[in-house]
Amino acid sequence: MGGSIAALGIGLAVIGAGIGIGQIGAKSAEAIARQPEASGDIRGAMILTAALVEGAALIGIIVAFLVA
Amino acid sequence: MIFNPLFRKGKLNIPTKPSKKRNRSYKIRGERATFALIFREGLINKLSQRVLKKNVRMRSILLIFSYIILTATVAVAHDHDGHEHDHATEQHEGHDHENGDHDHHHGGHDHGDHMACGHPTHHEFDAGATAFHHIADANVYSIGPWSFPLPCILYAPDGNGLQTFMSSKFGDRDTHGTGNKAYKGYVLDQGTVVRVKDNNFPQEQVDIAGIVHLQEKDAKGKEKNVPHVCYNDQLYKCDKKSTADAGLFGGGITSYYDLSITKNVLSMFIVCFLLGWLFLSVAKSYRNRRGQAPKGVQSLIESIVVFVRDECAKPFLGHKYMKFLPYLLAIFFFILGLNLWGQIPFLGGSNVTGNLGVTMVLAIIAFIVTNLNGNKHYWEHVFWMPGVPAWVKTIITPVEIAGLFIKPLTLMLRLFANITAGHMVIIIFVSLIFILGDVGNNAGVAWGTSIGSVLLTLFMMAIELLVAFIQAFVFTLLTASYIGAATEEAHH
Repeated sequence: MGGSIAALGIGLAVIGAGIGIGQIGAKSAEAIARQPEASGDIRGAMILTAALVEGAALIGIIVAFLVA
Repeated sequence: MIFNPLFRKGKLNIPTKPSKKRNRSYKIRGERATFALIFREGLINKLSQRVLKKNVRMRSILLIFSYIILTATVAVAHDHDGHEHDHATEQHEGHDHENGDHDHHHGGHDHGDHMACGHPTHHEFDAGATAFHHIADANVYSIGPWSFPLPCILYAPDGNGLQTFMSSKFGDRDTHGTGNKAYKGYVLDQGTVVRVKDNNFPQEQVDIAGIVHLQEKDAKGKEKNVPHVCYNDQLYKCDKKSTADAGLFGGGITSYYDLSITKNVLSMFIVCFLLGWLFLSVAKSYRNRRGQAPKGVQSLIESIVVFVRDECAKPFLGHKYMKFLPYLLAIFFFILGLNLWGQIPFLGGSNVTGNLGVTMVLAIIAFIVTNLNGNKHYWEHVFWMPGVPAWVKTIITPVEIAGLFIKPLTLMLRLFANITAGHMVIIIFVSLIFILGDVGNNAGVAWGTSIGSVLLTLFMMAIELLVAFIQAFVFTLLTASYIGAATEEAHH
């Protein structure tokens, strides 16, 4: 039972991170399309934000691992 | 291009009196015009030929690579199967010799399992367990079918003190890396040294019948997989692995300390040696070629160093970046080197940056560097945030103090989870062959699956290559941003 609840937790964490990273990707692609000359800065900001979003998801996954 | 003075003043060597249409095209679409010139001269044909040639070469390399993986996967599968059967027969014979009354246990097990103290030592194929076993640290370094013993440095405060010996003392290892001998009260369980808890267990080198994994409930009521050694038809319980992994991979607080030169430690030594050699040679070429353009590997290293300086150090650290650049470059190249080292197929597949202990040390160093360099304003913002009402401060201060520790914690977890997840996914894709092929009982399906699984593995490896760079970059970037936040001067 603990394992299945942990799996649910991982799923929820991944949904959150997926939405977050999807938004980042969509918006940065839009921004690069609008201002291709700023693509370097946009890419840097994109990776930084994606890493932060991912960090939140990873904490969820690790907690789920520990519960299992 | 419109504002390019060269174009306005007609300094470029373009036709002085072109037609109105062409003139416009030169002025507004300068780049396109240059491209058109190249095209007219037929250069584009040569270019496209070169690109085509490159493509063909790339494709053939990819094909050869996938063929190697395919054959190796199949070879490993056969090897696995064959070895298990060999061992099964060996053990059966051995048992028959020693005690005939154990025979009845052997009947009815035809899955290549062999019995130790009435328990099968090999269970059904479990993809998750296989993945965890393969990404874990080990006291042997295995390259394909060969495995090399590594030095073990073990310290047991209550037992026989400090012991140093090679892991070859554990006798012959099976395909899982389990040794068939115990030495000084330690056994080799799936490549990792564990201590036998029982004091009655002999301290000298003795033959063991096998290691059995039993499901047991610990104090908190969680199911744990506890290894038991079968010696003289008696089960002796083993201690946990001595690894700092928060219990994720079966580690925990143990009665002994494992300070061995494990697979991961050896990989770190090798990568440090390679990086040292690379950087010393680059430094030498900088000395010898002072004032000249970089050459060879120097160009590669210089571009990466400039990348880290311009993307990580300068934006966050401003004019103080030179003070922290050596540290940032050190962690960047260390993480990148280890990520890439773990990516090389058939070279041990060490998972160093996917080890919580390693990432924890990296995060602790980042924590120390950040907080030792924190200035007055940084600590003021942590403990007594200026410009907010007092009741808000009571909420913000605990959050900020927690944030001090959460930042390195996320650094640690991000690197660990990304690299571990990548390695696990690759192993699971390979495991698909065994799951769908019913562990060799259905060879046709196994062959069919192996094609798909090789393609998926190749795809994952390409992504992992990207991740190796991104995670090294992100770790450096975030460390730089934390240091930058701690050293920022007041501007309010």
